[in-house]
Amino acid sequence: MQMTASQIIFYLISAFILGAGLLAVTTLKVFRAAIWLLFSLIGIAALYFWMEVEFIAAVQVIVYVGGIVVLIIFSIFLTQHAGTAMDKPATMRTIAAAIAALLGFALTWMLIQQYGFQASGKTFEWSMQTIGTQMLGTGENGFALPFEAVSMLLLSAMVGCIVIAIKSKKERDE
Amino acid sequence: MSEVPLHHILFVSTALFFIGMYGFFTRRNMITMLMAIELMLNSVNINFIAFNKYLFPEKMDGIFFTIFIIAIAAAEAAVAIAIIINLYRSHKSIDVEEASEMKY
Repeated sequence: MQMTASQIIFYLISAFILGAGLLAVTTLKVFRAAIWLLFSLIGIAALYFWMEVEFIAAVQVIVYVGGIVVLIIFSIFLTQHAGTAMDKPATMRTIAAAIAALLGFALTWMLIQQYGFQASGKTFEWSMQTIGTQMLGTGENGFALPFEAVSMLLLSAMVGCIVIAIKSKKERDE
Repeated sequence: MSEVPLHHILFVSTALFFIGMYGFFTRRNMITMLMAIELMLNSVNINFIAFNKYLFPEKMDGIFFTIFIIAIAAAEAAVAIAIIINLYRSHKSIDVEEASEMKY
C-alpha cells in the first residue's frame, strides 16, 4: 500500500507524541521530564494542525506550552534541586503499574476495534466567527452559561491560589 | 486527510492516556505526578477533536468541550502548584509519601 504524505506526517507526529510522553514519565531528572512534557504537548499541537483545527492548536500552544509548562518549570526551580536525579521507583511498583497500564490499554483498544467507528465522510467545517457567536450565544447551541461558569471558576481558582500560597504574617517574621 | 482511519487517532490518545496513568502510578514526586495528569487531560482533548472531526463534522461541540477542558486544566494546574509550594514550605519536601499529615 502506498502511503501518502499526509499519512506519513500523521504517523511521525504520533510517534513523536508517544515517545516524548513515555520519556516524560520515565526519566529520573525532574527538569528533563518537564522538557519532554513540553515536546509532547507541542506534538499534540502539531496533531491539531494536522487535523486542520488551527484554533485549538493555537490555544494548545498558548495555554499549555506557554502557560502550564512554564508554571511547572518555575515550581521545579522553587522546590527541587533540578540537577539531581530522583530515586528510582520501587521495582514492584513499576511492574504493577506497567501491568495495570498495559491491561487497561489492551481492554480499551479491544473495545475501540470492536466498535469500528464509521466516519461520516463529510468535511469538517468550522470558523472563528461561529465559535465566537456560539460561545456567547444564549439560544440553541449556545455556550453562554458554561462560559460564565468557567470564568467564575478561573476567578475563584486564582483567588484560591493566592490564599493558599501567600505567606502568613507569622511565617514571614520567623 | 481521510486516509487515516479514526481508530488510528484513538490508538494514539489511548496510548497517551495509559502512559499518563503509568506515570501517575510510578512517580512519587508531586510535580511529576501533575505532569502525568496533564498528559491524560491532553489525550482526552485529542479524542474530543477527533470524534468531532470524523463523526459529527457538521457540529462544533467537540471544539467547545476542548476549550473548556483546557481552561479547567489551567485552573487545576495553578491550584495544584500553589498547594505544592505551600507544602514545600511547611515540609521541605514534595514527596507524597512524606506528606502523610495535612495539617497546614
